[in-house]
Amino acid sequence: MIELIEVRKAFNQGKHNEFWALDGINLNIEAHRVTALCGPSGSGKTTLLTLIGCLARPTSGRARFKGEDISGLPERFLTQLRRRSFGFVFQQFNLIRGLSAEENVMLPAAPSGLPQQVVRARAAMLLDRLRLAHRRTARVEWLSGGEQQRVAIARALINDPEVLIADEPTANLDTTLAREFLAILESFAGEGRTVILSSHDPLVIQSAAVHRVINMRDGRIVDDN
Amino acid sequence: MNIWIEQQRALIDFTLASLARRKARNLGLLAVYTLLVFVLASVALFSHALRHEATRVLADAPEIVLQRMVAGRHDLIPPGYLEKIGRIRGVQKMEGRLWGYYYDPVIKANYTFMAPSAGGIERGTIVIGAALERVRGLAQETGISFRAYSGKLYSFVVADILPHDSELVSADLVLMHEDDFRAFFAFPAGHYTDIALAVANPQEVRNIAAKLADALPDSRPILREEMLRTYASIFSWREGIVLAILSGAILAFVILAWDKAAGLSAEEKREIGILKAIGWETGDVIRMKIWEGVLISLTAFLVGYVAAYLHVFRAGGVLFEPVLKGWAVLYPRFQLAPEIDGLAVATLFFFTVVPYTAAVLVPIWRAATTDPDAVMRS
Amino acid sequence: MRRLVLPFLALAVVGFAMTCVDAALLRERHAVRIEANHVLAKRLGLTDIALFTEARYTRHPSQADRHAALQDHPLALEHFPTGSLIAPPRHIARHEYLDRTTARAD
Ligand SMILES: Nc1ncnc2c1ncn2[C@@H]1O[C@H](COP(=O)(O)OP(=O)(O)O)[C@@H](O)[C@H]1O
Ligand SMILES: [Mg+2]
Repeated sequence: MIELIEVRKAFNQGKHNEFWALDGINLNIEAHRVTALCGPSGSGKTTLLTLIGCLARPTSGRARFKGEDISGLPERFLTQLRRRSFGFVFQQFNLIRGLSAEENVMLPAAPSGLPQQVVRARAAMLLDRLRLAHRRTARVEWLSGGEQQRVAIARALINDPEVLIADEPTANLDTTLAREFLAILESFAGEGRTVILSSHDPLVIQSAAVHRVINMRDGRIVDDN
Repeated sequence: MNIWIEQQRALIDFTLASLARRKARNLGLLAVYTLLVFVLASVALFSHALRHEATRVLADAPEIVLQRMVAGRHDLIPPGYLEKIGRIRGVQKMEGRLWGYYYDPVIKANYTFMAPSAGGIERGTIVIGAALERVRGLAQETGISFRAYSGKLYSFVVADILPHDSELVSADLVLMHEDDFRAFFAFPAGHYTDIALAVANPQEVRNIAAKLADALPDSRPILREEMLRTYASIFSWREGIVLAILSGAILAFVILAWDKAAGLSAEEKREIGILKAIGWETGDVIRMKIWEGVLISLTAFLVGYVAAYLHVFRAGGVLFEPVLKGWAVLYPRFQLAPEIDGLAVATLFFFTVVPYTAAVLVPIWRAATTDPDAVMRS
Repeated sequence: MRRLVLPFLALAVVGFAMTCVDAALLRERHAVRIEANHVLAKRLGLTDIALFTEARYTRHPSQADRHAALQDHPLALEHFPTGSLIAPPRHIARHEYLDRTTARAD
């Protein structure tokens, strides 16, 4: 589903502090599976996720999504693709403070032009499914860490994306909540979504919910199983 | 089309939810903005309507009033002057006018005494303006005495009261018979306050004025167009004073609005990054911010303008009374006809809505063009 | 409450439109009065409106001497812009005493 060919990514290219965060990545991610990027801090996991999720373009190499080359698409089309096909759960959740859980969940649907009632019903359904129905109108900063993450998951799913991307999803969770999160992931793969996450948490990597683990170090893939 | 509407609804929803987070602050800003529009619109509506009214009502004032000047001051027209002018071609009518001021120590007010050349007032009676009726508690057939400048007391009977809705021109008038006027002010026979000339052809007025000045070097002709221009400028001058005082307030507001709108906090920057990461286009962010600017400034404009309209044309401009009254004791009660200067309203609209929206937008432009992947690293 | 914002704005737009309608109706009603005042002003030969009656040069600004300010009642509102911002000096307020004791006006 997602294909990366000889992908490299540089930061501060051409300056004295030029840094190659990714250095020759060849990767093919299958649909409907849970794939984990694993590796020490600074190994390039987040950078790779931004390329996969169309948040950034590779410096060189090609990226294909469902067979279509996306590495050269203009910003506008990347944004549209990102909105329709990808859902993001950020490491810091990145919810908008001061707004309610429901308002946060509905945000990615705003540019879609779907009727508000439809979006609201869908947000209610997702929050219900993530057992947050009772916190629907609560401001997000009043929620616990686990609840905030579930709001972030609901927000990632509001546009019904094919791919869910999660960066270090268990970093801020205790063991029980992390297990719960993995169970949620499994159910998504079960309903036909593709899940890509990064982690250096053994709990995630050893979990039965994860179908494939890709090990990274210094911007390269060192082990793939 | 439907999609567009739904998009805008969603953007407006988000903008309102955002604004509601700092409800007191944003409502306060809106209130100040509305108040500012209210004051500016009130001044503009009031002064335009007043100017319009003055020009309409005084449209047929004498074409030329001839004053005699002595040592730089207005003095009486001595006998023989009318004859000296003689017949100037184009002058239709020429007559000496009798009017003057009287300071009433009882209520510390100035009246305008006048003996209309058309006559029609019996000796011993006066016709008074409505403000005078109100302030001195007079009515038809009641008597009143004025102490003349000679020290002698003169008594009059109020024969009539000028129409109430003419107060704007007649509030302080006291009309009397010529003989009474001359006796009261000890005005020597044959003397006049000034001379009013009627000119048939408006093109001739300037020529005739020049001829008058030539024939009578100690005289000053005042043209009707000058009188009307006096009105145009006196109100714009007063308007200018209000604006000068207000400019401090306007400046303070601009700083406040700029600070609020342009000072993009780290928090807002972060939020824009999030919106972009979850699939908002730069255009969506900008549209959302345009809505914010338009909603606030449009509300301020509409509410402020409607309130100003009601204030000026339905409440008689009550808030201006203390300003316009100044030291006057006699103040006319009047309602102005709502003559509205469309251009002024459009200008006010433009300067209310556009700069504010721009102030909201400028910093967003910068923030909205940053890379969306920055969010992954916050 | 947020749901009321757009209806409120719509109401304000209607209010704005209403002021235009109201203005048209009021103008019609005022036309009669303005015409009557016009006739009165013409008959009496009036040159000024009676808005500011505190001094000669404010009552009849079009007829006033040049530099007329302060030649009249010393407590009169100053005609020049500063007059609107600065009060007259204290000592000239004693003129009122003269008003009372001389029984002579002005
Ligand atoms: N915007 C940036 N500018 C410069 N260097 C960056 C930037 N973002 C990431 N890097 C560097 O790229 C490397 C990979 O980072 P990252 O992908 O975040 O690693 P991981 O998520 O595996 O911890 C790190 O050494 C980091 O310092
Ligand atoms: Mg990382």
